[in-house]
Amino acid sequence: MAIEVRIPTILRTYTDGAKAVEGSGATIDELFKDLEVRHSGIRERLVDDNGELRRFVNVYLNDEDVRFLGGIGTELGDGDSVTILPAVAGGMV
Amino acid sequence: MLTITRDLYDRIVAHARADHPDEACGVVAGPVGGGRPERFIPMLNAARSPTFYEFDSADLLKLYREMDDRDEEPVIVYHSHTATEAYPSRTDISYANEPGAHYVLVSTADTDGTGPFQFRSFRIVDGEVTEEEVRVVEAY
Repeated sequence: MAIEVRIPTILRTYTDGAKAVEGSGATIDELFKDLEVRHSGIRERLVDDNGELRRFVNVYLNDEDVRFLGGIGTELGDGDSVTILPAVAGGMV
Repeated sequence: MLTITRDLYDRIVAHARADHPDEACGVVAGPVGGGRPERFIPMLNAARSPTFYEFDSADLLKLYREMDDRDEEPVIVYHSHTATEAYPSRTDISYANEPGAHYVLVSTADTDGTGPFQFRSFRIVDGEVTEEEVRVVEAY
């Protein structure tokens, strides 16, 4: 099952500069574990120690933020596209 | 060094002023690799907070898709501090994910007695903050 994953600039060090890579998995969780096999280190940037998506990383299935779907357990289908974008955030504290 | 037109400079300051006391945020996009800020894109602060900003997640996707389609990148990522100086906070540094961008901070607090606005620019790479000169020009 091929899923296209779009990689933000900051994480392209894990993908030899590629803007998009292919992965597979029935869920976001499985997809990120699959990416880790070929792009060692990337999963830790996306998932915290409890196995949940990091707060300031946005993951989209097609056009939808997966937080509003099933989070890291969101199911994927063949031909889906996943986009990873770090949050643009900050503040004075 | 950040080179920016007077018009873009004024629009960033005006946005910060309009959203005060909440933090204002946005991007100035430009052609990939050119380092020239051209297209002013004010963003909604989804946090609507005087101490925090975050681009709305749907807006963020739309923004990056649009820049990708136009072969642009975020040349400037700007936001305002409403009660403190225009210097990156620990929070700003930990969430700075565009090593190629100029991080512009505008303070809408009159902290130094020299006037109500500070407009400063920084590079934030791997947690290291480097301030840079801001050169305002009439046109590129």
